Amino acid sequence: MIRIGAVFVLLGLMFAAFAALGAADRDNPRRFGNAAFWGLVAVSFLFGDRLGDAGNGVLALTLALIAGCGGLGRGRPATTSPSERRGLAERFGDRLFAPALLMPILLVAGILALRPVAFAGRPLIDPGQATLICLALATVIAIAVALPMLRQPPISPLQEGRRLLDTVGWAALLPQMLAALGVVFALAGVGKVVGDLVVGWLPADSRFLAVCVYGLGMAGFTMIMGNAFAAFPVMTAAVGLPVLVRRFGGDPAVICAIGMLSGFCGTLMTPLAANFNLVPPRLLELDDRYAVIKAQAPTALLLLATNLGLMYVLAFR
Amino acid sequence: MLILLGVAVVVVGFAIRLNPLLVVALSAFVTGWLAHLSPLQVLAAFGKAFNDNRQVSAALLLYPLVGVLERAGLQERARMLIARFRGVSASALLIGYLAFRQVTAALGLISIAGQAPTVRPLLAPMAEGAAEARHGPLDDAARQSIRAQAAATDNNGVFFGEDIFLALGSVLLMVGFLASSGIVVEPLRLSLWAIPSALAAFVVHGARLALFERRLKRAARP
Repeated sequence: MIRIGAVFVLLGLMFAAFAALGAADRDNPRRFGNAAFWGLVAVSFLFGDRLGDAGNGVLALTLALIAGCGGLGRGRPATTSPSERRGLAERFGDRLFAPALLMPILLVAGILALRPVAFAGRPLIDPGQATLICLALATVIAIAVALPMLRQPPISPLQEGRRLLDTVGWAALLPQMLAALGVVFALAGVGKVVGDLVVGWLPADSRFLAVCVYGLGMAGFTMIMGNAFAAFPVMTAAVGLPVLVRRFGGDPAVICAIGMLSGFCGTLMTPLAANFNLVPPRLLELDDRYAVIKAQAPTALLLLATNLGLMYVLAFR
Repeated sequence: MLILLGVAVVVVGFAIRLNPLLVVALSAFVTGWLAHLSPLQVLAAFGKAFNDNRQVSAALLLYPLVGVLERAGLQERARMLIARFRGVSASALLIGYLAFRQVTAALGLISIAGQAPTVRPLLAPMAEGAAEARHGPLDDAARQSIRAQAAATDNNGVFFGEDIFLALGSVLLMVGFLASSGIVVEPLRLSLWAIPSALAAFVVHGARLALFERRLKRAARP
């Protein structure tokens, strides 16, 4: 059975190559910082399960220290110039889109075709991780197709991947670090404290205010935890079920569905949802770290108000 | 109550723009300390969680593919493609993408697009190209605001589409949570009740994109 571990090995080898190429990049004044950072990430993906919990903790802490002390620079792998790229775009034409479209098509085809396959009752790929395994397969095949088709040198995927990763820098690891922080928060009981706090404010007799407390609480708590899935059980157990469903007789399906989406409005406004909000500004080379959050906030606030209205109208028909 | 100081570390650290990786590590130790965990216990818990969550970083595997295609001129080609459709404005393009992303996410096809494989190499250059074709050369501020809107549109599309899909994390989480509280709810009902908010998201964000186009137009006219 192909498990997620195979994808981690592939990622580990990729980061190891980035570290080696980064160390050799004399145009980057902090090349050894980059090499150390991505080298440690490679160690995590290749040997993480054998390092022990404290060992992994030291590794994660070292990553944070390297990034926090400004140890990461930007490598300058040799690449094509803007005018060369315009020329290539003219020459290859719309063929350039083929590998970019091939990846999602292979991904979907892979999930549909490979997930049901089993040998002697054992599935070919781990059904719980089918998406990531097929994503890795689809990406590797798309690169294998793109290289000869677009006549790119064999080293270019690694050099260009390094160029993009250096553009994003430490932010690439932030989502994983935040996920780990979420676990520490849960261990320390942060969720329960916030839930109790919200219940303390809860007005006893107004259905409208109770809807507001639940919806705004979902959004606010999601902003603190960076994840609506962490906020949902706490807020629903504290307010949604006892007050909106049991006391006021609301429809639990409506309350939960719209409550979760109120949480998503919070996700649009928090830097703790790094994958969505902090990585893209780096990837798009924006000057303002919070540019995407600022672009989303008005939509999120309007939609949050709309969700409160929808919940009030639809849940108590 | 005191335990919320760990959250405060994150809020203050992000607000004064310290390095976020450092802020996260610091908050983990402050939170653990306030919960009477020893530093070694926090180190082990954080390390285990970091290792258990490696799949969160798995999408970085896409970077080599995106990089190679960019090296061969994909961004430039995306710009040329949109210039051929003179009638398509940046906002029309983004609204169309929003609809595409919401509908495909509602069908469970979330990973077929994203910030690295779609927004950076395709959507953002196309939106810039469409705006340039209409309003003339863009200054740096306008270029950056278009890119930010492209990223925001992708997020909005996924968030307010995925909850309609039955077999997805959030619907299953809700069904499981309600079941453990003694309430049986069909997953389909949770999916259906996500539709009004999804439609509202399309209307609200679509209207904001249309207003954004007007701002671009006004900025272009000296």
